[in-house]
Amino acid sequence: MRGAVGLTAADPYLQVRDLRVRFATEDGVVRAVNGVSFAVERGRTLGIVGESGSGKSVTSLAVLGLHDPKRATITGEILVGGRDIVGRPDEEVRRLRGRDMAMIFQDPLSALHPYYPVGRQIAEAYRVHHPRAGRAEARERTVQMLDRVGIPQPARRARQYPHEFSGGMRQRAMIAMALVNDPDLLIADEPTTALDVTVQAQILDLLEGLQKEFNSAIVLITHDLGVVSQVADDVLVMYGGRAVEHGSVEQVLRRPQHPYTWGLLASVPSLRGDAAADLVPIPGSPPSLIHLPSGCAFHPRCPYADERSRTEVPELRPVAEGHLVACHRPGVAA
Amino acid sequence: MTLLQVEGLTKHFPVRGRGLVRAVDGVDFGVAPGETLGLVGESGCGKTTTGRMLVRLLEPTGGRIVFEGRDISHLGRRGLRPLRQDLQIIFQDPYASLNPRHTVGRIVATPLEVNGIRPPGGVRQRVRELLELVGLNPEHYNRYPHEFSGGQRQRIGIARALALRPKLIVADEPVSALDVSIQAQVVNLLRGLQRDLGLAFVFIAHDLAVVRHFCQRVAVMYLGRIVEIGDREQIYERPRHPYTRALLSAVPEVTAPARASGRIRLAGDVPTPLDPPSGCRFRGRCWKAREVCATTEPPLAGGVACHFPEGGAG
Repeated sequence: MRGAVGLTAADPYLQVRDLRVRFATEDGVVRAVNGVSFAVERGRTLGIVGESGSGKSVTSLAVLGLHDPKRATITGEILVGGRDIVGRPDEEVRRLRGRDMAMIFQDPLSALHPYYPVGRQIAEAYRVHHPRAGRAEARERTVQMLDRVGIPQPARRARQYPHEFSGGMRQRAMIAMALVNDPDLLIADEPTTALDVTVQAQILDLLEGLQKEFNSAIVLITHDLGVVSQVADDVLVMYGGRAVEHGSVEQVLRRPQHPYTWGLLASVPSLRGDAAADLVPIPGSPPSLIHLPSGCAFHPRCPYADERSRTEVPELRPVAEGHLVACHRPGVAA
Repeated sequence: MTLLQVEGLTKHFPVRGRGLVRAVDGVDFGVAPGETLGLVGESGCGKTTTGRMLVRLLEPTGGRIVFEGRDISHLGRRGLRPLRQDLQIIFQDPYASLNPRHTVGRIVATPLEVNGIRPPGGVRQRVRELLELVGLNPEHYNRYPHEFSGGQRQRIGIARALALRPKLIVADEPVSALDVSIQAQVVNLLRGLQRDLGLAFVFIAHDLAVVRHFCQRVAVMYLGRIVEIGDREQIYERPRHPYTRALLSAVPEVTAPARASGRIRLAGDVPTPLDPPSGCRFRGRCWKAREVCATTEPPLAGGVACHFPEGGAG
């Protein structure tokens, strides 16, 4: 394996450049991700938001090297700690996964095996990457992690099975498993979507606290703009497999410049403001990734689309320091 | 005059060897004609079970459901049939609730045919009107559910629910499976229909912000009981039950300042409805709980079931 080539402390831990992911299907080629670039530094959280079919989850699975090479065609660069993992043998990527980068999914039951006690699974995740660690050390580390993620009576809980845990406790256990090897990069794909709102608040607080402690880079994939605004530092808005807006939370969510971002924010119901007013939905529905609209993929739904929007794919260009927008008429909706 | 009155409604499910799940455990509320009542709460609070009892997809274990002055709690299949015209339900999952082998026209026409209704102008004409009413192209009469997007499928479910001109619709998480941009379209559609047709709704949702945009009155449920009920303004602007306050405080809002201080954070999870706590069911997670909360279950009085409500005596 190549080492962390020329990576200095100031370089982002994760750099994705011009990522493209396509799947050949019976119905045609699904262009799931069409040239996405972003970077995440240690200690920072990037929220990737988008609706179904925006390419956000496909992007995260590519970063984790979890696409089946027989089905997916991936081009571009994914630099994890300076090493490009695109096209690398599975063996190599697997060594990174779980140690340098880890993941949390929406459904903890898909990550936890129902037949084995929770603690044993976490200990195994530790020993895979620490071959010299003995059973006792792994067990100690497991109990320590369960305690750290707020599971009461961690030593007793470690001996229980996933079905004996509540939804929130399972999510905590999965976070403990993801963090047991102290990863530099954490990918969290809709980590709180299946949880009740009071438990979601606990888990978001927990992730925030753990990030300070572990100083990892976090990529948070979610459809929930509220979650992003509470926990992310930066936001990438995806539509039709492309990035349409990218910047700090403050820039993207408080001063959105892309009509799609603006439309998303206007369509979310709120606990404040006029409850009697109608919501402002975005007309139409998200595009097919097999037959992507020409030009800007959002143009069929965009009230501000002009001739250029229909013919020319807008590039992601800065409208302010660190604030990028892919629109021929940025700020037109604001 | 209330359209629907629910008194002491309970539903207990036996679990082999483990006793009873008290899914709904003594719930009272009423719905006036044309009124929208929201049922909110987290998983296991009993909101979905309550909704299914209202349209009698489930039979209550105890208590009464009175619709237009008639007790429908234990009506049989035959007795329920005329009621189906007045009481309809919309489900969360627009994928699972439509028969994939039937055309949209047939799906929407089914309630008319089952009930032997021949609208003036014919069934086909009525179905085309219904499709148009919910914002679908009536030309798509002969298409199948898989040819529609999620939002459009939910519109098909709504058209079917409207076919018999019901007086009350129970909508169980009708927009939670939809993308944000589509969710707003369907919420607006339901609001328009409610206004134009004078429909009463029981709107079941975990999303407090959606409920705020749709419902005039809101009931907050916790572990099978209503802990607070009141007008929208009351619940959202002046919540009195600690659980309502915690629930509202936990919602991550785009417009709220990030990492706000003064947020209420509940510890732990909702306890199991197999063995709810004694006294107040919320006491184990409540920062105001005292001894009386463990011994005496607070009754729902003045819209709140709490020994120490906010802004009240005590």
